[in-house]
This record gives sequence, C-alpha cells and structure tokens, in this order.
Amino acid sequence: MAKLRLLFVKEAQASYISHLDLMRTFQRVFPRGGLELKHSQGFHPHPLISIVLPLPVGQSSECELLDFEVEQDIDGTGVAEMLNTGLPAGLHARECCRAVRPARELAFLRARVELDYDAGVPSGAAERLRELFSRGEVLVEKRTKHKELAEINIAPLLRSAEWTEAERLVAADVTVAAQNPGLNPALLANAAAAYLPELAPDFARVRRLELYDAEGNVFR
Amino acid sequence: MDKKLERILPRVQKPARYVGGEYNAVMKDKARVDTRVAFCFPDTYEIGMSNLGMRILYGVMNNMDGVWCERCFHPWGDMEAELRGASMPLYALESGDPIGEFDIIAFSVGYEMAFPALLNMLDLAGVPLRAEDRPGLAPLVIAGGTAMYNCEPIADFIDLALLGEGEEQLPELIGLFRQARREGWDKHRFLVAACRIGGVYVPSLYDVTYHDDGTVRAITPRDGAPARVRKRVVTDMDKAYYPAKTIVPSTEIVQDRITLELFRGCIRGCRFCQAGYVYRPVRSRSRELCAQYARESVEDSGYQEMTLSSLSTSDYRPLVELCDELEPFCERKHLNLSLPSLRADNFSMALMERLQKGRKTGLTFAPEAGTQRLRDAINKNLTEEDLLESCRRAFAGGYSAVKLYFMLGLPTETDEDVAGIADVAAHVMHVWRESAANKNRGVRITVSTSWFVPKPHTAFQWEPQIPIEEYERRVALLRERINTKTVTYNWHPSPTSFMEAVLSRGDRRLCAVLETAWRKGARLDAWEDYFSLPRWLEAFEECGLDPHFYANRRRGHEELLPWSHIDVGVSDAFLMREHDRCYEGVTTPDCRTVCSGCGANSFLGRPCDG
Ligand code: SF4
Repeated sequence: MAKLRLLFVKEAQASYISHLDLMRTFQRVFPRGGLELKHSQGFHPHPLISIVLPLPVGQSSECELLDFEVEQDIDGTGVAEMLNTGLPAGLHARECCRAVRPARELAFLRARVELDYDAGVPSGAAERLRELFSRGEVLVEKRTKHKELAEINIAPLLRSAEWTEAERLVAADVTVAAQNPGLNPALLANAAAAYLPELAPDFARVRRLELYDAEGNVFR
Repeated sequence: MDKKLERILPRVQKPARYVGGEYNAVMKDKARVDTRVAFCFPDTYEIGMSNLGMRILYGVMNNMDGVWCERCFHPWGDMEAELRGASMPLYALESGDPIGEFDIIAFSVGYEMAFPALLNMLDLAGVPLRAEDRPGLAPLVIAGGTAMYNCEPIADFIDLALLGEGEEQLPELIGLFRQARREGWDKHRFLVAACRIGGVYVPSLYDVTYHDDGTVRAITPRDGAPARVRKRVVTDMDKAYYPAKTIVPSTEIVQDRITLELFRGCIRGCRFCQAGYVYRPVRSRSRELCAQYARESVEDSGYQEMTLSSLSTSDYRPLVELCDELEPFCERKHLNLSLPSLRADNFSMALMERLQKGRKTGLTFAPEAGTQRLRDAINKNLTEEDLLESCRRAFAGGYSAVKLYFMLGLPTETDEDVAGIADVAAHVMHVWRESAANKNRGVRITVSTSWFVPKPHTAFQWEPQIPIEEYERRVALLRERINTKTVTYNWHPSPTSFMEAVLSRGDRRLCAVLETAWRKGARLDAWEDYFSLPRWLEAFEECGLDPHFYANRRRGHEELLPWSHIDVGVSDAFLMREHDRCYEGVTTPDCRTVCSGCGANSFLGRPCDG
C-alpha cells in the first residue's frame, strides 16, 4: 500500500474536462496500467483519489497534483511513464512520488495570464494594469458557493504580477494565494474590465506554471 | 486548438463533449488517408457515445487502410447558437475539420424523432439538405440504423440507406465509392451500382405514386434497382467484429460502461416490438469469445462496470456458465456486472441475486399490459404469477423498490385491461407485505405507462395509434384506480409519441413536412426541451397533409405500405397471421420452443439456433 502524488499537465482538449470527470477519468486510467487503487471502507466504497487544487474548466496547467492510494507497495517509480500510455489527449503525467507533504502546505500558485486584444493592445495597457494591481484594494465580484454575488478584495491575494505586452495580447506572470482563500487568476481580467473598461480584453487565458509553499519553495 | 473554438467553449455547457481527444479516439495522418468518413449521430454526444453499433462501425471503418472515420454529434442548443454565431461549420471530433469537406457523411439513426436533427446537422455542416442539390459524388450522405427500415420520411435528403447490420456492407460500399472516384463516375452511375450491393437502398431509384385517398398506389424501381431491398445481417457472430478496444469518453455519458453484446435478435416475438422482428434471426456469440472480449475490454478501458447486453439477456443459453467464468475476474477487478432486460422468472432472479451482491437498488419489470388476456394478445410471454414470484424473491432478499412498465393503447385494450394495471401494482404491494425482509424501510412501487406507437415491420403495423384524448382518458382511469400512496404513477403527457407514430409510418410526402418543421426550428426533437407539437402541426398544415392519416388510421392487410419494398426477412404472411392471432387471443410460442416459420432463417440457410 502506498500514498502517491502525481504531477501532471492538463491542457488543450483536456482543459475542458471538469473536475468530476477528471476524477472519473483517472479512476479508469490507473487500472489500465495495472495499478489497483485503494478503496475507502464502508457501504459505498470509492477509490481514494483526490486532486490537490482543482483547476477551473478551460484553464490549462503544467503543475496539477493528484493524490492517490494504491494497494501495491511502490514508491512511484515508472508510474508516470505507465500512465502516459493510457491518457486522453491533453493530459500528460510528468512524475510520481510518495505523497509526503500535507496538501495544506501548498501556499502559492504561479500562472501566466493572457489578455487578448483583437484590435491591438490599447496604448499603455501594461503600464496601467501594473498600476491597477499595485493598489491596496482591487474589488471584484465573485460568485460564492451559494451562488450569490459577493465583492472581494483580490489585492491581498495577489503576491506579484509582471506585465508585458506582445502582439494583440498583454501577458502577466502572476503569483497568487493558492488556497484558504485562493485567487483564481482569471479574476484579474474581470478586475481590469471593471476598473479600466477600455482595457476589457476580448478573451482571457490562464495557464498554471508552478506551485510553491509559504517559503517560496516548489511544492510537491 | 482552434481560436474560435477556444472563445466559444467557456460559454457552453459541458464543453468536454465538443473537443474529442478521448482515450482510444482514432487519429490518422491525413496525408495517408484517401477516404474520410464523418460518422454522425443525430443526437447529443452523451446519447451517441452510448450506442454500441456506432462503436462497432467506427472500429470496422478505421480498420480499413486509407479510411479515416471520425465522429460528429448534434450540438446542444447553446453550442449550436455559438457555432452559427461564429460562422463555424460543424466539425468532426478527431481532426476538428468541417464535415462538409468529407467524402462520406454517414448517419446512424436509431429513432424517427432524430430526423430533424439529421437535417440540422447537414445544415450546420453547410451541406445542401436535398440529395438532388448535391450533384457531386462527395459528400455522399448515407444513413443506417433501425429507423431506416422505413426511411421514406427522409428519402429526399439521403443518397442511400443501409439496411441491417453494417459490418459487411459499409466496407463494400466504401470500396465501391473509391472505385467510382478513381474512375471518375458521376453520382448517378455510382448510385445505380451501389443499389446492387445487398442491403443498400437508394430511394431516388424508386418512383412512388399515390391513390386519391393518399395511400400508396405503386413503388416502382428504376435503372435496375431491386424490387425489394433485403437487409443484411452478420450470420456468424463469432466472426463479427467486437470493439474490445473502444473510446472511453472523458465526460460522463448515458451508458458509461462496457457493453458486451451476447447475441443479436430475440426469440420471443412480442407483437408490438420492432426490434424483435427486424433483428431476426437470433445469432449468438460463443461463451468463450464473450468471456475473452469481456476481459480484453476491461483490461483496456479500465471501466469497472459492464453490462451483458441483448434484447433479452436471460435467453442467452450459456448465461450461467458465462457468469461463472467471469465472476472471479470481476471480483479481482472490482467489476460490477449488470444484466439489463432480464425476464421476471426464477432463473433470472437467482442469477441477479448472485451478481448484484450488496447493491440492492431498484428492480425493473415490463409486463406491458395489465391483464393476461391482453398480454396474450400482444404475445408478451409473462404471467402474473411469474412477476409476483420474482417480486416475492426480491422483497425477501431486501429489495424495496420495483418499477413496472406498461403501454396504454395496445390493440384490443379495454378499460378492464387498463384497470388491470392497477391490480398488478396492488398485488405486488400485497406480496411485499407478505414477504418483505424489512418492512421498516417501506416500499416504492412505480407504475409507468407510455403511449403505444405502432411500428413498421411489426404485427401491429396496420393498427391505429389511439388518439390523444383516448390516451388521456385511459391515463385518468388508471390514475383513479391507483389509490395507495406506496404506488407512484408516472405517465408522460408526451405529444412526442404522437409525432413518432406519424413519422415511423410515414411516406415520402413527409419529407416536405420535415423540412418545413426544421425551418420553423425543429432539431433535437427527441428531447422535450426542443419538441413543439404546434410547430409540427403548422408544418403539416402548410404542406396540406394530415398527421392523423399516418398515426390514427387503420390500414387493411391489402394496402401497399410505404415500406413494402423493404424486406427485413420476416414475411408479410407471417406478420398478418400474428396480427390476426392478436385478435383471436392466441399466443405464438417462442423460437426456441418451435419455429413458427417467419422466414428469417433464410439468412442462415439453416434452422435458427434459437
Ligand atoms: S425462422 Fe423460425 S426460429 Fe427463426 S426467427 Fe423466424 S420463427 Fe423464429
């Protein structure tokens, strides 16, 4: 029996697989490779598998973590290679190791946010976005768990953001709080649209790049 | 990913169904492929991907060198609006390429209410609806599936229909298509050659004329087309392809499990059942092969659920042996085996108790009719004792929910038969009181009725559907009779069944109605979210046709039916005899007890194995 943690990429077509469907997909991927997932005890046994930080549908990521328990006593060697023969397009296992650190120690998330401007980037966009996100208070509307709209201040959850301009897009390399509470980097686009209407993007794209603990070390 | 699609997908429900990329989806190098087939299912991804036939033919075609078969489904309304808004044509899931540019667009049509969706998919693909407006060889629009046993209502839109099982005829047809393209044939020449392939029906090679009263006068073949087109079947199931390596969707579908096909056809001969007639004769797959495919599919897919499928699973001769063989394997793999369409008898109940283990969810039975008299008339071989005995066993074993399915409007049905449904439910209730292992949990008995739709190629193909007022009267009668709280009565106020009755026995003149209804917005009409009766009635009005002529009229045995030139292997004489026997209240034994000479064994050239 072993508790393992898988690092994987979720991108392209796979970015549209919902959290629930992703769990279902992985439940089938493991037996394909001959790994037997451990099941919970009780009346409705379910496989012990969980995603550390669920990714919003439509975003891509190169640093997703999946925790799972298997009946075999293994340390994760060879698991990624084995899984890669049975994954749908857009999912790719990078590495697998024993799950040592508790998931709650995951503190920060680095992501690339891209704002598309089909008619060309408005002048001074990067500069103005830099200014907006250095304020102490940036309020955005967000749906709560109860589906109500609430205003939250995202400024304290945003650790850093570096803005650069490219052709028809402005990109930001951002580091945000990962959980309790975390910040969905897509909300930066909402904030831009609310505060600087002329900088409302035609489309916003988010890709997770790396995970860190509170000290700024890579989290695995 | 396509830029337009990237913008659209975040705005639609369940975007995963529009992107492909699933495990085992077949990708090929376009440069090494000469024939591209868009396999289209005129319903949603979740329904289409649950269809075993589609998985079989997807495998068969992709096993052909130089052929790439891709999938395409009807988008849900939000996605359709986005596609149209972005001027994006309908695309295939594997390559993302527009299906309008493919060589062959092949539809799998399982039910008549999908006809409007077929038209809408052609339109979304930018392909002209009418075959006559598509002068070129490609894209060739073809259709197969159970609804094609009467494809007259879509005869003007498709280039040809494939009747029966496609495993053999599809490769033959694709071969002919390649030859035609190589040798530069025009479309007409191709169609004339195609109609010589067994099971290929080319509607444009038949002239249909009508009497003044609207009935068909003559169906006349041209250019050497056969007077009757006979369906094709696979004669040896052990040689038939089974998709052990098949697509595993990344999003939940309706039948999200392995479907292991044990046999085709049915020995029973229920007189209302189209599948029972058109899938004749019974052909079984050997137990060894079934077990092997079961293991291969589980190993490859990682699924933990498998259903042993067929029209009447209890009738698979080596069923117990197969389950014996699979049991240890299932145990090891945490695999749940489910047996749908079980009969209510001791044998089946014993088997189910063994397989279901802890999971005691609901049980489902389909007595179809409320009295023995009517069950005999429709040849539904089920006695109330068997049903009650099965329920007794189930309740004693800890089950606490039973669902009972019935039809209203079966030929010869009287108010007594309707009331009989309530009696059956009351008797089940009584059995529960006598036998329940744990009465504290209570019991849920659900009675559901549907509105009977007479189908072509059945013993009831001449019968009228009862009018809606009469259906509703019988529903009210039954509702009055069911007066205990433990019995829940579900019925559908479904006008869809009326339109289904119209379309399933329609003739070619309905093409105009279909096109009109589609222009008015009909598309995913199998879904109540989209179906609108007034829209259909308007379309009929504008085309000067009466839907009741098709749904509610009694036909005589001498009438030339619009599907008379389609031969499913069951003789007209046999169907007429079965029809008469319904009125005489005489049952016909199942094919295992005795062969009643329907004619379907002619496919095998030997007696049916029953
Ligand atoms: S030929 Fe006889 S045994 Fe075969 S399907 Fe027909 S009635 Fe049944």
